[in-house]
Amino acid sequence: MAVCVAVIAKENYPLYIRSVPTENELKFHYMVHTSLDVVDEKISAMGKALVDQRELYLGLLYPTEDYKVYGYVTNSKVKFVMVVDSSNPALRDNEIRSMFRKLHNSYTDVMCNPFYNPGDRIQSRAFDSMVTSMMIQVC
Amino acid sequence: MDAPEEPLPPVIYTMENKPIVTCAGDQNLFTSIYPTLSQQLPREPMEWRRSYGRAPKMIHLESNFVQFKEELLPKEGNKALLTFPFLHIYWTECCDTEVYKATVKDDLTKWQNVLKAHSSVDWLIVVVENDAKKKNKTNILPRTSIVDKIRNDFCNKQSDRCVVLTDPLKDSSRTQESWNTFLTKLRTLLLMSFTKNLGKFEDDMRTLREKRTEPGWSFCEYFMVQEELAFVFEMLQQFEDALVQYDELDALFSQYVVNFGAGDGANWLTFFCQPVKSWNGLILRKPIDMEKRELIQRQEATLLDLRSYLFARQCTLLLFLQRPWEVAQRALELLHSCVQELKLLEVSVPPGALDCWVFLSCLEVLQRIEGCCDRAQMDSNIAHTVGLWSYATEKLKALGYLCGLVSEKGPDSEDLNRTVDLLAGLGAERPETANTAQSPYKKLKEALSSVEAFEKHYLDLSHATIEMYTSIGRIRSAKFVGKDLAEFYMRKKSPQKAESYLQGALKNYLAEGWALPITHTRKQLAECQKHLGQIENYLQTSSLLAGDHHLTEEERTYFCQEILNFASQHTDSPGHKVVLPMHSFAHLRDLRFTPANAVVHVGGVLSVEITVCSQMPIPVRVEQITISVHFSVEKNSYRKTAEWLTKHKTSNGIINFPAETLPFPASQNSLPALELYEMFERSPSDNSLNTTGIICKNVHMLLRRQESGAALDSPSGVALEDGPHVLQCGDVTLAPGANTVTFRTQAKEPGTYTLRQLCASAGPVCFVLPHLYPLAQYDVYSQEPQLHVEPLADSLLAGIPQKVKFTVTTGHYTVKNGDSLQLSNVEAMPVLCHAENRAVIYSNAREKASEASLRVQSSDKVTSISLPAAPAYHVIEFELEVLSLPSAPATAGESSALGVTEAQRKHKDTPKAGHCMATTDHKVRRGWDCSACGGGLRSSCLF
Repeated sequence: MAVCVAVIAKENYPLYIRSVPTENELKFHYMVHTSLDVVDEKISAMGKALVDQRELYLGLLYPTEDYKVYGYVTNSKVKFVMVVDSSNPALRDNEIRSMFRKLHNSYTDVMCNPFYNPGDRIQSRAFDSMVTSMMIQVC
Repeated sequence: MDAPEEPLPPVIYTMENKPIVTCAGDQNLFTSIYPTLSQQLPREPMEWRRSYGRAPKMIHLESNFVQFKEELLPKEGNKALLTFPFLHIYWTECCDTEVYKATVKDDLTKWQNVLKAHSSVDWLIVVVENDAKKKNKTNILPRTSIVDKIRNDFCNKQSDRCVVLTDPLKDSSRTQESWNTFLTKLRTLLLMSFTKNLGKFEDDMRTLREKRTEPGWSFCEYFMVQEELAFVFEMLQQFEDALVQYDELDALFSQYVVNFGAGDGANWLTFFCQPVKSWNGLILRKPIDMEKRELIQRQEATLLDLRSYLFARQCTLLLFLQRPWEVAQRALELLHSCVQELKLLEVSVPPGALDCWVFLSCLEVLQRIEGCCDRAQMDSNIAHTVGLWSYATEKLKALGYLCGLVSEKGPDSEDLNRTVDLLAGLGAERPETANTAQSPYKKLKEALSSVEAFEKHYLDLSHATIEMYTSIGRIRSAKFVGKDLAEFYMRKKSPQKAESYLQGALKNYLAEGWALPITHTRKQLAECQKHLGQIENYLQTSSLLAGDHHLTEEERTYFCQEILNFASQHTDSPGHKVVLPMHSFAHLRDLRFTPANAVVHVGGVLSVEITVCSQMPIPVRVEQITISVHFSVEKNSYRKTAEWLTKHKTSNGIINFPAETLPFPASQNSLPALELYEMFERSPSDNSLNTTGIICKNVHMLLRRQESGAALDSPSGVALEDGPHVLQCGDVTLAPGANTVTFRTQAKEPGTYTLRQLCASAGPVCFVLPHLYPLAQYDVYSQEPQLHVEPLADSLLAGIPQKVKFTVTTGHYTVKNGDSLQLSNVEAMPVLCHAENRAVIYSNAREKASEASLRVQSSDKVTSISLPAAPAYHVIEFELEVLSLPSAPATAGESSALGVTEAQRKHKDTPKAGHCMATTDHKVRRGWDCSACGGGLRSSCLF
């Protein structure tokens, strides 16, 4: 499952970022931040085609030796980035897609909360527990 | 025909491979026809219909014609496809029945029997007819030609297996037609043979694959079989199909590795798990790496050998298919997955060996791609190759660190041993790159040879990578590589080179509000600045770090201590001040004035109490906290009167300062909040309101050009204001969290004081909050003495004594014993004297201060009231009885006032609903010396 899940605002600052194990947090922050390059590239490359097809999944952003970074962008240009352990090849594209969809649904719930200010950091407990369910529990 | 007598080599692994066609019969005849045949055969494409629903393809056929020998026919169980003769042709130009019966028929029969013995059914008999020869023969049987005879004898129901080629060497339309028919036949038969034989081969191959769960199954054997098929496709120029074969092998192997990792191990896989002993990288410069292929064939290949060989083949095919960018992409995947697979299979790898392998492979792939693309193509496809560059850089860096090439002292003996081991694993340079100056092998060997060489190579690679990333707009990736480079420079003790990379990265992170990277980069920057001796920058970074909640308590304390140490060491040089912004140090939460309305009289005491939340992890002693104050004499003096004071007791005197938006992106908080104020403009002549509106006081901040290079972190812009008016508070210790600091000041000049800057200084270090917003102001006023006269009832009734309240506001004047208030009497309303009158003295805040008795002396013209002593800005209140005589009712409104003629003049200025108010001037006479004190009491008299 995922080792890091991040929600990034349209302006590219993190709305939510969590990773396991926590000692490598910094590495994942760098990784997710760097992946925004590819997200930007993909968004601008697809341009209108993307909007027309309503394809939000951006696919593999880039692989590293140990991790694979996947991306997803909502219509309002909020980005979801997910880092997955490479040593888990059983994880197929379809599963990644469905994980992103779950994430998107949960994010939509957060946005529906009248007390949530769009652009603020996400502190929703429901969202958090959903993310937890998508991550491996490293004990 | 290409030297048909020579024995054929077993396999020809070059692109010159062509499907084999054997020739039997008249060799001389064939030799004469061969040039035309080999030229004509590939000229037109033929549609190849495929089994298993694969799309038909147009294919240009070529063949390698060899002399028929029985040895060429494959024996039972032979899996070789490359040497497989796809078609057997018998050539004859016999046109004589006798000759046919005597020799040709026997020969043909023998040939057919051999073919049958090997169950080969792909054959063709070609009868070449020659008009010239025909004419010479007399005994031609017109009805039954040789062709018919042959068809009759051999082509049992397959009459199409015998074709006639007429006058092949002539240049006539008949010849042309005959050739066309023949070639079409030949192509059709070749394709039929391909379909049949390849189909059979594929079926066998699948059967073999299905047996993969059986114990004795060997991947290497299977590999050789499927590769054979790939070779044939490659031979037929069907590179796509050939690639599919390799991809299938690739996928099959990967699946095995995954299963192995999941505990489902195949026996044969354990062989691939032998320790890695050689790491000489991919070889992509020749179409086939025979060495590795033989290793696989002998089942001695390691995982890296197999992967290298597979990828080399895929690369060759992809390049044939003109897809160099896919090579780059696949290469990166391959390198990543190899590293993962070795981990998964728990193969023992010497430290650094994989880094070498990956580094060499990256460069090899890049050079291979460069070799087949021009500059412009490379430049427009950087996005595909930059990943390999960056990976190579990363690996070289890792190797440098491993071999002690990055340290200041250079490698020690242990490092050198490791380097020697690593170089040994590279083996000797391969002959095909031996003459290339920049071969990956030479680069790596050189880079590991010395500290200087490593630096050169590493810098070259890093700069190239950064440049590429930047050119395709991947700024974040470029910054990230730059940070690695900075780390390298720091290790090499050249912080001046590291600084710009760190600053660049930090700016990027700040602009996008990534807290953790900001903290981490700042920490590196702090170290860098410390080495560089940039005191101010270092202190500023330290202060930011000390207040950074992403750091541990210890680290924060360390940075805080750094500032305090500096502050305590440099106390002796008072001239130099280090000005740091306040926000990292502490946050001003609120400010409270006492008195609450922030208005004091001259000489009064005002206290300002601020709550400051210290962000520091430890208590910090600051020598002084100052608030610089801007003083302005306000023209509109109304605010400064006691009356205003009494009417505006609204605010509780607390001003709250909004919490700063924490390190959210600069795009949001770089712009300061609008500072809006109401504005009134009054006409100078009669003080009436001309215009009113709202003005924004920080337009200059909001509308200035957004500088792309503006340093978000730099101290510039924080200027220490040095004015004559300051509020000070000395020797304060700010504990972490909220602290209350109280400033006291005695009001001096009347006017409006605006609090501008907050500054906390410890030694030469000043933390400055350059701008207080919302605006905090206090006013100092000076008031002339006043008298206010007011009846207790709504209106005074004539004829009966009634009480009138006298209020003396002392203003700036101090009433001393013996001062008296003199009232000019109006005949119609004398003040009645009593023996005992009491006056109460109140402070400015309406608190009762004291009570005193009052002596009233009355004469005809004047009533003199001796006032009790009262300090400045106090109020004396007393009541006197008056009696209004009804003798002059007509003028009661005006002339019965306790006033003089001035009353009429001021009358119109101060009208009040329902009442008629008049103002008059009286003089307070201090005994016999009234002019000396010069105070004029201004009294209002109310009816």
